[in-house]
Amino acid sequence: MSAVAKDFATDQHPRWCPGCGDYAILAAMQAFAPDLGIERERMVFISGIGCAARFPYYMNTYGMHSIHGRAPAIATGLAVSRPDLAVFVVTGDGDALSIGGNHLIHALRRNVNIKVLLFNNRIYGLTKGQYSPTSPLGTVTKSTPMGSVDWPFNPLSLAIGAEATFVARAIDTDRAGMLEVLRAACAHRGSAFVEILQNCPMFNDGAFSSVRDDKEGVNRIVLRHGEPIRWGREKEKGLRQRLDGSVTTCDGDDPDVLVHDADHVTPSLAFSLSRVTQETHGGTPVGVFREVQRPVYDDLIAGQIATAVEARGEGDFAKLLASGETWTVEP
Amino acid sequence: MGSKPVEQLSQVIVRFAGDSGDGMQLTGSQFTSEAALLGNDISTLPDFPAEIRAPAGSLPGVSGFQLHFADHDILTPGDAPNVLVAMNPAALKTNLSDLPKGGTLIVDADAFTERNLQKAGYETNPLEDGSLDEWHLEPLPITSLTIGALKEVEGVTPRQAERAKNMFALGLMSWLYGRSIDPAIEFLRARFGGNAPQIAEANVRAVQAGYALGETTETFAVSYEVKPARLRPGTYRNITGNQALAYGLLAASRVSGLALFLGAYPITPASSILEELSALKNFGVRAFQAEDEIAAAGAAVGAAFGGALGVTTSSGPGIVLKAETVGLAVMLELPLVICDVQRSGPSTGMPTKPEQGDLLLALYGRNSDSSVPVVAARSPADCFDTAIEACRIAVKYRTPVYLLSDAYLANGSEPWLLPLIDELPEISTGLATEPNADGAYLPYLRDPETLARPWAVPGTPGLEHRIGGLEKADGSGTVSYDADNHELMTRLRAEKIAGIAADIPELAVDDPDGDARLLVLGWGGTYGTIMAACMQVRLDGRKVAHGHLRHLNPLPRNAGEVLRRYERILVPEMNLGQLLKIVRAEFLVDAVGYNRVRGMPLRVGEVAEAIEALMEP
Repeated sequence: MSAVAKDFATDQHPRWCPGCGDYAILAAMQAFAPDLGIERERMVFISGIGCAARFPYYMNTYGMHSIHGRAPAIATGLAVSRPDLAVFVVTGDGDALSIGGNHLIHALRRNVNIKVLLFNNRIYGLTKGQYSPTSPLGTVTKSTPMGSVDWPFNPLSLAIGAEATFVARAIDTDRAGMLEVLRAACAHRGSAFVEILQNCPMFNDGAFSSVRDDKEGVNRIVLRHGEPIRWGREKEKGLRQRLDGSVTTCDGDDPDVLVHDADHVTPSLAFSLSRVTQETHGGTPVGVFREVQRPVYDDLIAGQIATAVEARGEGDFAKLLASGETWTVEP
Repeated sequence: MGSKPVEQLSQVIVRFAGDSGDGMQLTGSQFTSEAALLGNDISTLPDFPAEIRAPAGSLPGVSGFQLHFADHDILTPGDAPNVLVAMNPAALKTNLSDLPKGGTLIVDADAFTERNLQKAGYETNPLEDGSLDEWHLEPLPITSLTIGALKEVEGVTPRQAERAKNMFALGLMSWLYGRSIDPAIEFLRARFGGNAPQIAEANVRAVQAGYALGETTETFAVSYEVKPARLRPGTYRNITGNQALAYGLLAASRVSGLALFLGAYPITPASSILEELSALKNFGVRAFQAEDEIAAAGAAVGAAFGGALGVTTSSGPGIVLKAETVGLAVMLELPLVICDVQRSGPSTGMPTKPEQGDLLLALYGRNSDSSVPVVAARSPADCFDTAIEACRIAVKYRTPVYLLSDAYLANGSEPWLLPLIDELPEISTGLATEPNADGAYLPYLRDPETLARPWAVPGTPGLEHRIGGLEKADGSGTVSYDADNHELMTRLRAEKIAGIAADIPELAVDDPDGDARLLVLGWGGTYGTIMAACMQVRLDGRKVAHGHLRHLNPLPRNAGEVLRRYERILVPEMNLGQLLKIVRAEFLVDAVGYNRVRGMPLRVGEVAEAIEALMEP
């Protein structure tokens, strides 16, 4: 009998606040997991610290709730030593981009076969409301009573800058869109980075209301490979590329409207699209920004081992110990 | 030509010293190979600056290699050389104080130019001003003899010829001590023959020329012979501590059947373990050079979760960054081996110099009560056995284990009696494959004897579970903030580690007559020095006992009883008294320390003095 959604639920009751966007993401993941065609025992969720990091406790798979920011490093060790597993990293904006920023970019550039789901709510929730590395400039929190003064990270720009091979964005309230993105991420061999815009009703309510509450989807710019990039009630708005590579708005029927090319070998287009925001362009792109093939770190490691065995034979331990010059002392 | 007389010696300590670019480490290690192949017992001490090439001819740029070889079992590289080979004035200046008066001093006279003398801070040339009269000085024009000997080698520039002067020195020393230069020639051809045959040829000619000089020159009236040592029968090789450590980890992987995963970040003096294991891909070793020390440890924990033998290697400045991961492994109760090749600190300290400064860090450097087993290697070859022991404890008790080595053991070498593969210790993993509680799997249901938890790895159907850094409920391993549970779990974790004392050897004491009243207690890399110091004291007819700890946590179960047996206890350490603090706190004994932190091994003579100073007159 094949698994169903409730097989992926554990006996632990989620301890997120009422109305937290994490519930929707968990429900989507549990519903989607059976479709992956991977046995439960071969799935592993690794997380760091923060609200999002509780996620593994609620997935009836193997899981580890680890150290703040270190999940990509831990997942790298697991994925490299166990290529037979499907390894997910669940993280938040503080976990992935502040304390764990270094691990994230290195996992992405190596193209380790892990799927990174970053729940971005632009706030530190578990520590009760300090600004995060994705909080917009001027965000007033308990640790920034006069407004934050550091420029935020754009998670997608960062991932693309690290040359991640798969970069996408979803919204916690848009289940269909989220499933589409997750499916594509899981089908991708190598690192997949998915930012999920997620609401923290306690400490940063409404951070992404323009797209989360956008029932008709007028503010969502849905990116699909090979399709023109248009949005709005009547698809009356479009994006076109300037000569300098950046992206600007245009009429939906503009002959120069950009056709999305997620496979483009250089990350420039995906980067330009990652700069499109509600504030600057009047819409928020969602979907797959970039999806390219590059050799996978774990495969390369396994390949070198296979090559070494082929060239030198399975290691002979006794011979190794006696390598170099030896001499014998007679009794 | 009649051959020169040969004089018998029982032991010799030679130190090669020159500029970092002069190839002193290569010269020393080749001379070591020659001695080892002759069957001498050997012990080496490379001593080099952290800078790859400090300005040529400067005092900080001096690199040295000391080799002690003997016809009997020796324990240390020796306090002071009998022969110093100084390739320039700076090498002479920094090393002369270690050479006892009357010792042999061979110098490259060509290097004593005005400019080099000035760089070394000499106002007059010591080769001419009589300041070396109390030593047996042999100034030889090594550079010009080398260049002369290589004139006819095609394709070798004068600069390349000059750089072969270290091999000339090697050839000369080989003659002086009756060593064959064949292994060196073989090595040079293998190393350079492929892509730089003319360089290989130049170096071979230089070795031969140096050897020939010894034979023909009247400077050396006699040569010396050091007969083979009577070591235990068997096959030997020369091995450094880091090499032995790498092999030990691989051995543990093989006897346990767990794939070896190393997470490491380059750091002196631990990097060669990463390099060594990276070369063993045909053994299935996965060596991961991480983005930082934290990731290196994290990846090892991730691999351990997946059922690998997870290891991370570093030195003090990297070890401090791994503390959070070690704490996680304490909570997860997963095997993890953390190898700390100690160097002088704090902070960056002196990267190439040894110290025993990280004992308290390994024992206590974590938040909250989080006991972690600690083992320490006592000699370069012992790194092999200690690595296996660290892995054995980690796997059997599902715990992180610290393995302490140091820069002296890491780079130093000694003959190693090759172990028989069939006689390596067993490591049973006991991976969980079935539910352990009425069809359910409880990840923290402990083995009643070892208190270790079961280890179920991903891919095992029906045993899916979640673990993490939050406090675990006893048995089920679910998150628990219950007060009594936390107290129970804290005590269980501590008890599990304390219980390992039943599974490790008792502390053995070397006390030939059994009635010594003074015990010298050491740990780690000071073993050879302390043992040699005790032997020296005993030659004076005085009685002293020596105990040496491999296990620092838990301590051997009889440690307290042993310590209380002695009237006086001396604890020599290359730190300001870390084991001393532990034994005083644990056993309420009035031990005293002998503590030096000079970034070099303790000397036999000074430890012997410290022992005698503690004895009644």
